[in-house]
Amino acid sequence: MAKQDNAVDLVGLLAAEKQDLAASWVREVQESLGRRVGAAELDRELRELYEALVEALRQGAQDVHAEQMSEVRALLTELSRNRARQGFSPSETAISVFALKTVLEPALRDGSADTVRAYLQLGRILDGLGLFTIETYTQTRDELITAQAEQLLELSTPVVRLWDGVIAVPLVGTLDSARTQVVMEKLLQALVDTGSEQAIIDITGVPAVDTQVAQHLLKTIVAARLMGAECTVSGISPQIAQTIVALGIEFDGIVTKASLADALKLALRRSGVDMVAHAGVQR
Amino acid sequence: MTAPWAAGDDPQVYSVARSADVVQIRQVIRALAQQCRLSLVDQTKMITAASELARNTLTYGGGGTVSAGVVSDASKRGVAAVFEDSGPGIADVDQAMTDGWTSGGGLGLGLSGARRLVDDFRLHTVPGEGTTVTIIKWAR
Repeated sequence: MAKQDNAVDLVGLLAAEKQDLAASWVREVQESLGRRVGAAELDRELRELYEALVEALRQGAQDVHAEQMSEVRALLTELSRNRARQGFSPSETAISVFALKTVLEPALRDGSADTVRAYLQLGRILDGLGLFTIETYTQTRDELITAQAEQLLELSTPVVRLWDGVIAVPLVGTLDSARTQVVMEKLLQALVDTGSEQAIIDITGVPAVDTQVAQHLLKTIVAARLMGAECTVSGISPQIAQTIVALGIEFDGIVTKASLADALKLALRRSGVDMVAHAGVQR
Repeated sequence: MTAPWAAGDDPQVYSVARSADVVQIRQVIRALAQQCRLSLVDQTKMITAASELARNTLTYGGGGTVSAGVVSDASKRGVAAVFEDSGPGIADVDQAMTDGWTSGGGLGLGLSGARRLVDDFRLHTVPGEGTTVTIIKWAR
């Protein structure tokens, strides 16, 4: 029966001045968050959380992971996810829980030993809930970062159409296996979609070409060739050219050009397009 | 084998455990090479060599560490990097240094190519214990 009594104490502590407590909790949190969360929204969030917490304690929940706490956990998860997305810091997120401890403090002043015991026990539960909030917050942040990294992977490899039948991929940054896979897939798909027979891979923005990058490039070019397209690699700077020679990488049978402009000229010639400079045009 | 560091030139140690670490090594070497005023060509060569060796440490050595720093001689300064792993080691060094030979799926040019890219190249390996490669590029 001791357990039941405990639960009664905890609920008693929280439910005694119900409206009052919930209201001061909202006020406390509102002060620390400033005006960045709407007053009505915060009020709704915290009151729901408060109801759920009282209910969970009434059912005898002992800690965060108790089955009775599932409603509280769900609400807290939603709260920390929202805070993480809105760019609040971990402390600002956890304060929503810890503020309740501050609000309960006045009850201790004229409370019995039982009240103090109940407060301490509730404090432990709230600490657990606070940690849970931070964990969820971090998890949400990690998910955001992963999603952004994936978006970056997509963004950084645009395939552009330079002319009828001529497409180009400007590569920027480090080429690792994951990115090369994306580049290769996009290039090959673009060859099909646009019906192009000329592809230019521009590596002006790639700071260093080591054997792994070279191998990825070679594989992409061979794959494009199997689809009946001709590939040109452009944007090879003097220092990269010398490094490739020293490394001993052979680009046999692969056409390379110093600049994208040269590569485009070649691709146009190959597809039978003549460029004519008109006499009399001011240059 | 003696470390290339002189007194007062303590190197920074970086761990190589994921492929993202190889990118970090490249950036560290680039910063050091710029600090030593290596020419653009020499910078690129040193960065590429470091990239090859760091990837070897990761792929064949199962991860390890890289110590990188500035070294100085009587008359010149340079960038040095020591790649250490405690992987399976290299059974036949001559074979491993042959162009085009690979025990993995690469081009087989990383180790031999790296030697051509730098000024000093020392390889120390004990089968079953690990491999240490030291490279230095001097500023001209």
